Amino acid sequence: MTPQEIFDDLKAQFGDGILDGKMDAQQPWIQIAGGRVKEICEYLRNDARLSFDYLSCLSGVDYNDGRLGVVYHLTSMGLRHKIVLKAFCTKENPHVQSVAGIWGTANWHEREAFDLIGVVFDGHPDLRRILLPYDWEGHPLRKDYKVPEFYDGMKVPY
Amino acid sequence: MTESQVLPTTYVTQPGAIVTSSGRTLHTDEMIINMGPQHPSTHGVLRLEIVVDGEIIVDVIPHIGYLHRCFEKHAEHMTNYQQVIPYCDRMDYVASMNNDHGYAVAVERLLKIQVPERVEYIRVIMAELQRIASHLIAIGTYGIDAGAFTPFLYCFTDREKILDLFEMTCGARLLYNYIWVGGLSHDIPPRFVEQAKEFCKYFRPRIKQFNDLLTYNEIFVKRTANVGVLPKDVAINYSSSGPMLRGSGVNWDLRRDDPYSIYDRFEWEPQVGKGEVGTVGDCWDRHIVRMREMEQSVNIIEQALAKIPEGNVQAAIPKRIRPDAGEVYVRTETPRGELGYYIISDGTASPYRVKVRAPAFVNLSVLPEISHGAMIADLVLIAGSVDIVLGEVDR
Repeated sequence: MTPQEIFDDLKAQFGDGILDGKMDAQQPWIQIAGGRVKEICEYLRNDARLSFDYLSCLSGVDYNDGRLGVVYHLTSMGLRHKIVLKAFCTKENPHVQSVAGIWGTANWHEREAFDLIGVVFDGHPDLRRILLPYDWEGHPLRKDYKVPEFYDGMKVPY
Repeated sequence: MTESQVLPTTYVTQPGAIVTSSGRTLHTDEMIINMGPQHPSTHGVLRLEIVVDGEIIVDVIPHIGYLHRCFEKHAEHMTNYQQVIPYCDRMDYVASMNNDHGYAVAVERLLKIQVPERVEYIRVIMAELQRIASHLIAIGTYGIDAGAFTPFLYCFTDREKILDLFEMTCGARLLYNYIWVGGLSHDIPPRFVEQAKEFCKYFRPRIKQFNDLLTYNEIFVKRTANVGVLPKDVAINYSSSGPMLRGSGVNWDLRRDDPYSIYDRFEWEPQVGKGEVGTVGDCWDRHIVRMREMEQSVNIIEQALAKIPEGNVQAAIPKRIRPDAGEVYVRTETPRGELGYYIISDGTASPYRVKVRAPAFVNLSVLPEISHGAMIADLVLIAGSVDIVLGEVDR
């Protein structure tokens, strides 16, 4: 299916769960509601005409305008088509539904996005920091992140 | 600071129970042992928290991040796109060429530029030589994991020959900074083609030798066959890639299925595991896929060497790189699998956001899934067959 067909299909299926779509981008993307990520992704994986069984990448992004985003790059191995999904949330309320139950690989990707960007994935089975120490404070890939002067009471040399 | 903030959660005892870091409460006959972070068979600084019932593994909780230096933060703070390349080198430090190649392709797609034919050919030759070198390390160290020391020495002897080729090209043996956005840092030296051809000729029979020495060795087969079986559906669900995915019988190689560079011009076949000595997707299958891929890489190199055109390798290097605002996700096939760069440009001279989808990171996440019920001694072989490079897992 072409990205436009996928967009139309999702729009028909989920209505206002599909917020936006940019089909003329280099890699077309569809914006979905952060609170409905799970049902939309379940549909994308299970529907025989879509069958997006392979989550290539899940990235967290800080757009530096009060929004955080989660970007999903999906591939169907059988049908050989691709699509990009985006779900946004605010910095004050950084919640997006987890897809770890749909694609096993999302487990670690979501932990990474939580660790570095600070997006909280609702329904994640084990949302802990993954790359940084467990007692780290803050989320380094946020654009307003200040490098800490002290870690565990020790001065950090720069 | 309270005690629970200082101690790893593993050792925080709640009334009458020990809980693992992932929140699992232990039964009375289970216990936790730690493998790593300083353990030779974790191939780097990886800590595995293992819940065992006697010798049998009940659960594995990988703890990563010991090598984390936040590549993504570095990339966002560079003053231009070319400066990121040395950092790419240091992610997967045994396959630097492939890392650079992926990044260069991604930025070129963002810029919508074409690179000269000669550059494409040299890139493919370098990427495939690097693939062989990387697989040689994987195979050699995997032999050590299984208790075979000799193949390791053989593998490293041959890897040296490839590193010599790299050294004569760009002066570095490990971290090359060779593939640049739009071109290459140096053209290949005059005797390169001849020496690379010699290497291919020399290397083909060596693959058979490795197979005789290690792959079909009875002890090796008994240690790896039917161990750590990764079924096809689990492999796809966990987005495994590279030999990990192909070992499970999925015929998927980005060089063919999502073509980049000029891989569509060569004749070669992706290799898949067939369960020849055990079950499809076991450790032996992942090993044999790497063995056979080396042969395919030699095929590609020989074809590319025969057709390499003339040209200026720096002709297309942009004076200043300022892509239009936009984003791109480009994936390339490294020795470990799908290396994806998700780059967002805001129209300035440095990337706004770079996310790396590291194949070893993703492949490692399936480890707990395939280790249930294995013996502790087998875990070494299962972890080895994933072929992780911690520099890339942690970035």
